[in-house]
Amino acid sequence: MSEDDVDHIDRSRRHFLTVATVVTGVAGAGLATIPFLASLKPSARAQALGAPVEVSIGSMQPGEMVRVMWRGKLVFILRRTEEMLSRLSANLDQLRDPKSEIVEQQPDYAANDTRSVNPEFLVVVGSCTHLGCAPLEDFEVRPSDNWNGGFFCPCHGSKFDLAGRVYKGVPAPLNLQVPPHRFVRDNLLLIGLDSGAA
Amino acid sequence: MARVEAEIGKQQSAVMKWIDDRFPWTETMKYHITEYYASKNFNFWYVFGVLAMVVLVIQLVSGIFLTMNYKPAAVEAFASVEYIMRDVEWGWLIRYMHSTGASFFFIVVYLHMFRAMLYGSYKKPRELIWIIGMLIFFVLMAEAFAGYLLPWGQMSYWGAQVIISLFGAIPGVGEALVEIIRGDYSISDITLNRFFALHVIALPLALVALVFVHIVALHEVGSNNPDGVEIKNYKGADGVPLDGVAFHPYHTSKDLVAIVIFLIIFSCVVFFAPEMGGYFLEHANFEPANVLATPEHIAPVWYFTPFYAILRAVPDKLWGAAMMGGAVLLPVFLPWLDRSRVKSIRYRGWIYKSTLTCFTISFVMLGWLGTMPADGPYVLATRFCTAIYFAFFLLMPYYTTVDKTKPVPERVIYNG
Repeated sequence: MSEDDVDHIDRSRRHFLTVATVVTGVAGAGLATIPFLASLKPSARAQALGAPVEVSIGSMQPGEMVRVMWRGKLVFILRRTEEMLSRLSANLDQLRDPKSEIVEQQPDYAANDTRSVNPEFLVVVGSCTHLGCAPLEDFEVRPSDNWNGGFFCPCHGSKFDLAGRVYKGVPAPLNLQVPPHRFVRDNLLLIGLDSGAA
Repeated sequence: MARVEAEIGKQQSAVMKWIDDRFPWTETMKYHITEYYASKNFNFWYVFGVLAMVVLVIQLVSGIFLTMNYKPAAVEAFASVEYIMRDVEWGWLIRYMHSTGASFFFIVVYLHMFRAMLYGSYKKPRELIWIIGMLIFFVLMAEAFAGYLLPWGQMSYWGAQVIISLFGAIPGVGEALVEIIRGDYSISDITLNRFFALHVIALPLALVALVFVHIVALHEVGSNNPDGVEIKNYKGADGVPLDGVAFHPYHTSKDLVAIVIFLIIFSCVVFFAPEMGGYFLEHANFEPANVLATPEHIAPVWYFTPFYAILRAVPDKLWGAAMMGGAVLLPVFLPWLDRSRVKSIRYRGWIYKSTLTCFTISFVMLGWLGTMPADGPYVLATRFCTAIYFAFFLLMPYYTTVDKTKPVPERVIYNG
């Protein structure tokens, strides 16, 4: 090393080291956040508790509704009467998504006029698509209130018909969600799983 | 005698010197307390900053003691709060101090913010103090929200359900975000546990840090005053602002009076009306959380109702949530929305005085409407007040420019 080099600062080397340190540091810090963020996701136990549930529907009367829990969510199972089914086509023009065209809200096999596998049984998540309150059932027809029977959310006034389809002009944007489900036997419903024939 | 005192004094100053050589104790005390000069014409509006600090201390102390008996688990939480209320000695007092303190925190903070709007305290050169203050407000909202879930009552559960669902309105990432906030497919034990962590560690730490930064920024530029003139422009030969008096002992003794009055009112509520007719502690929250049944009427605690009313004013999920978020965020931009040449309301024209009055009335109205059912005339009134709320901010650059202001005095007006 010559006498001149003692005071010589190699700026390009210093620059390289600065950039390398910053890049490595930022990348390291970024990677280190992954375990923390991932820990916020539903844990293995939460996922296990989200397992499918079996519901025996053999004793349900026409017009009767039962509530079951699946993944900590309320699920409504309504056995519709012939008369109820006939009401479904009455006021399609007042519905926001009468043909169930928004794919996330139901499995393909429920994207039909009755939003069901078996027209008799409506299976929907009982959580208003606005802000998650539990809608109340009100199946009576009251022409004076322009009410054709369905579900009513007490929190912010959203309305749904007997297929869980949302009416226009209410805060809820989407139809009630149809969870994946299938009939294991005629009197046994499985909610949460639909692999195999629906 | 005199010689003994002198001897003690000498020892004390030796101790202080030893400390000051190692830590800037005397310097810090002078800079922030005994030689921090604030205007001598402060009025009643200038006590709410100190009162907010008092409530913060009440919340931290009562909160620590509640934590010693509370159980952050879905099966135990509700019962552990009842246990605190009934079986822990003085537990009821500590719990009511904490629940009442939450409401009083918002009362003093709202008044503190209103003071800034009256006297233009957010205007140059105090923009950063205002922005830090808004951040404190946001953290406080998150802190209050997380805390409200902990008793695991009906309103805790369904209130959280509604508020967390708001994030689901964000296009694209909404549903994934909601799952990460809850840590589960619904609000559960897991959600309660993480809200507990946020409420007792993460958010209080952020709050204390932000309060510290808020005060550092304030002491750098100096306090505003009801005349909105800079007292630093007129300094005596000793470099002290002519219209300023030291924070201690002058402002502290005034603050002490305010603190005493505040504590009298606070105690009255804690001892005689801790539920405040269902406004501070909602009646539905005396029932344990029930996943199967939404209470018939959901309303957040009073301090969130103005924003909640705005959410409900819009019959569309995304727009409702966006308007609500906008209403919370808009005040951040006040320093730039307000184009007036004067700070204080004393020297503003009739336009700003009227708009501020309309804004204040509609904000209070929104607070009331947010507790009412969302139908018929209430919805119309809510939409009207929402329009005023937004107009106040969005039209501000215009009306503060055309408003005729009065001449501002060189020095503060002081009749004492």
